[in-house]
Amino acid sequence: MLAYVLRRIFQSLIVLLAVGFVAFAMFSFVGDPVDNMLGQERTQADIDRLREQLGLDQPFIVQYWRFLEQAAQGNFGLSYRQGRPVSEIIAERLPATIELAFVSGFLAFVGGVGLGVFTAIRRHGVLPSFIMTASLIGVSLPTFLIGILLIYIFSVEFGWLPSFGRGEVVDLGGWTTGFLTASGLKALILPAITLGLYQMTLIMRLVRTEMLEVLRMDYIRFARARGLTEKTINFRHALKNTLVPVITITGLQLGSIIAFAIITETVFQWPGVGLLFINAVQFVDIPVMAAYLMMISVMFVGINLIVDILYFAIDPRLRIERSVGGH
Amino acid sequence: MVQPVLSIKSLVVEIPTRKGVLRPVDRVSYDIFPGEILGIVGESGAGKSMTGNAVIGLLERPAHIVSGDILLSGNPIHNLSASEFRKIRGKKIGMIFQDPLTSLNPLLTVGEQLVETIIEHLAVSKKQAQERAIAALEEVGIPAARERIGSYPHQFSGGMRQRVVIALALCAEPDLVIADEPTTALDVSVQAQIIALLKRLCRERGVGVMLVTHDMGVIAEAADRVAVMYAGRLAELGAVRDVLSDPKHPYTYGLMGSTPLASRGLKRLNQIPGSMPRLGALPEGCAFSPRCEFAQEVCKTGSSPFIANVDAQAACWFPLPHTKSRSSK
Amino acid sequence: MGAIFAPFLAPHDPFNPATLNLMNGFTGPMTPNQFTQDVFVLGTDDQGRDVLSTILFGMRISLFVGFSAVFLAMILGVILGLLAGYIGGWLDSVIMRVADVQLTFPSILVAMLIFGIAKGVTPAEFRDQVAIWVLILAIGLSDWVQFARVVRGATLVERQKEYVQAAQLIGRANIAVMLKHILPNVLNPVLVIATISLALAIIAEATLSFLGVGAPPTKPSLGTLIRIGQEYMFSGEWWILFFPAITLLALALSINLLGDWLRDALNPRLR
Repeated sequence: MLAYVLRRIFQSLIVLLAVGFVAFAMFSFVGDPVDNMLGQERTQADIDRLREQLGLDQPFIVQYWRFLEQAAQGNFGLSYRQGRPVSEIIAERLPATIELAFVSGFLAFVGGVGLGVFTAIRRHGVLPSFIMTASLIGVSLPTFLIGILLIYIFSVEFGWLPSFGRGEVVDLGGWTTGFLTASGLKALILPAITLGLYQMTLIMRLVRTEMLEVLRMDYIRFARARGLTEKTINFRHALKNTLVPVITITGLQLGSIIAFAIITETVFQWPGVGLLFINAVQFVDIPVMAAYLMMISVMFVGINLIVDILYFAIDPRLRIERSVGGH
Repeated sequence: MVQPVLSIKSLVVEIPTRKGVLRPVDRVSYDIFPGEILGIVGESGAGKSMTGNAVIGLLERPAHIVSGDILLSGNPIHNLSASEFRKIRGKKIGMIFQDPLTSLNPLLTVGEQLVETIIEHLAVSKKQAQERAIAALEEVGIPAARERIGSYPHQFSGGMRQRVVIALALCAEPDLVIADEPTTALDVSVQAQIIALLKRLCRERGVGVMLVTHDMGVIAEAADRVAVMYAGRLAELGAVRDVLSDPKHPYTYGLMGSTPLASRGLKRLNQIPGSMPRLGALPEGCAFSPRCEFAQEVCKTGSSPFIANVDAQAACWFPLPHTKSRSSK
Repeated sequence: MGAIFAPFLAPHDPFNPATLNLMNGFTGPMTPNQFTQDVFVLGTDDQGRDVLSTILFGMRISLFVGFSAVFLAMILGVILGLLAGYIGGWLDSVIMRVADVQLTFPSILVAMLIFGIAKGVTPAEFRDQVAIWVLILAIGLSDWVQFARVVRGATLVERQKEYVQAAQLIGRANIAVMLKHILPNVLNPVLVIATISLALAIIAEATLSFLGVGAPPTKPSLGTLIRIGQEYMFSGEWWILFFPAITLLALALSINLLGDWLRDALNPRLR
């Protein structure tokens, strides 16, 4: 167990080092940021001063060392575009993304499990078939179209919900939250649905498949033969067994919610790190890109690691079950 | 006369398929009396389990009962609604499945599974249910039942798990227990223990047991009477003693020839030539006729024999004469 | 089909400034323009470009990028997969390790990153011109892993077979063995993946362009058109957004259906 965990941690570190190298390579080889930052009317003195400020006048090896050292401390230097420390900008934007991702993840999980169970139990009904067909179409649609559709219906046609921004936010010692104001909550609805919908359909289909599998098991037939009610069988016996694999896979989906937040944040002009990243790509703001890349990698690698270890923690139980099986 | 716990009368189960209607159970009739073990024996696909599923109302669609009666303690149950039937299951009819490894929910403790069943069927408090659960485990011979009640199924061995399954089937005190291949998945040494346990519970409680198996050895050891099924039909029905020592149906005779029984000593095992026909391709007349060494013209062309219409222990136009007068081959 | 023959079908050339009339801007569908009395079937956008024509040209770009990106991913994936599977050893571990790292991240993120880097290394004046090629490169590079994995797996199986070993024994060069004996056998799964990838690539292209990290407004793809159209959603010029969106929707659905059909047709095991 310990050996396995250590090996996984080692592998994760290698992934992070590889990503770090990509991030550093971006710093070293991509473009001249000074061009981007200074306007047309620049003097040689301006350029030199800025180069020095950004550390771009140092030799390659020094920059490389400095990058590793600084990155480990979460310091990615100044944004080429805004001229402010990247860590500060990200810290400012992060709460918006995390709140959005959290709410969407919650929506996706609750909605996905609910609909998955519903379509699994009522396999032949009209409504479940409709839901299944809708989910097939939903999976093949680009997220941004769904977002635009929602804006069109709820903001343009009915004018019920705001189409962009976070609404009013409350600052809780460096963490801005939209949960505490009516306009903040209203602003959250559409982006959260947009971001959660795709994951929700994935979870729903997964839950449905798993649940249908579980419902075919002997212990479900035995539960039925014992005269338990359908409610007890479906929710106490089947759902529990369905959720074990679903939770591990959903854990891995959490990472992609954060990545797909880029699209949703752009559609709704949601001031999170995703929008920050997309703007950085548009303006080739390398420090922001690199910092975002490193942050996302740490999150992804961390989530993968936790899920893997969780899975391993569950596995012995299954292995005992199998080995006892023979006698 | 004692009223039978279960009385099946000319039961027909059909499965509509694209290639036509199949009859996995065809005009089957038998009774089971309190305290009696009726063995149902036959090859796989002979309709043994399907009969059991029909009795407990768990036929899987599209299989369904077409005609015939199923009486439980004299009351018809084949036309009950789904929710009425559910109340009978577990309460009046208990069921034991083949594989104890997969019959128990791996994520619930055996105690939780017992208590939920008891509370579902008996008017007792949770605490009383807990006590009953412990008693049920003790009764099926699980040592230290009070401590083990909080264990998960995977913490028990296979034989112990089958005991738990039996406790679950019996915990609401049913009148009838359907045991579908209860020993097939177990080691031989454990099989005898489980059979002995079933026998004891059957006698002590006066429960009627339908023991479905393909193993003549299990029948010989456990059953009082035996029903032999072939291709969905009842081939022979009678007391185990009679059927084993003096089979009337050539199929039973062949079946016994392929089972090693201590009583017959070290003789070569016989094989029945060919295999059971698929339900979609049953021959005319007696379903066994193509494989029967005694078959005559009427067996292959006439109407199929049933125990009801041949008025005998065996569904055969030419029941075998007494064994002792026949030289064994 | 309409997309391929766009230049002949389109009623107007949307990118020829000579024929554009700013006065025609914001004309509604099927209604004569209030200044010029010109009629446009699906209306015009802010600069007076005919929406129908921009959609036809946009579809052309979307499909071109989609096909090219999948083609690039396929070539890259097949070559790397063949090498990894056939030669094995350290080359195999390096290729597969890179694939693993890349698989950790959603491909759209990888594509954005590649786009950003590529944008950084091209001088500003050329950016719009090369944007389409950068887009193809970004989507192609983000999508090769699937191909490489399947090809590697199939190659490992094929390599064990007797005819391949026989070919090696009679001294055929490795390249020849790979191309002549192994490649034809791994082609079927590759085509299956390619059809699935095509739908994904077109959606990825639309998404990137929508996000403003794809096709530039001077050479708009469907995603770019939707991005432009979104700005006019509130001011009542719904057609600028609506028609490109519907087109993309239909395109995405039909390619998915086509992909399903091709997958069933090409994969006898699934039938």
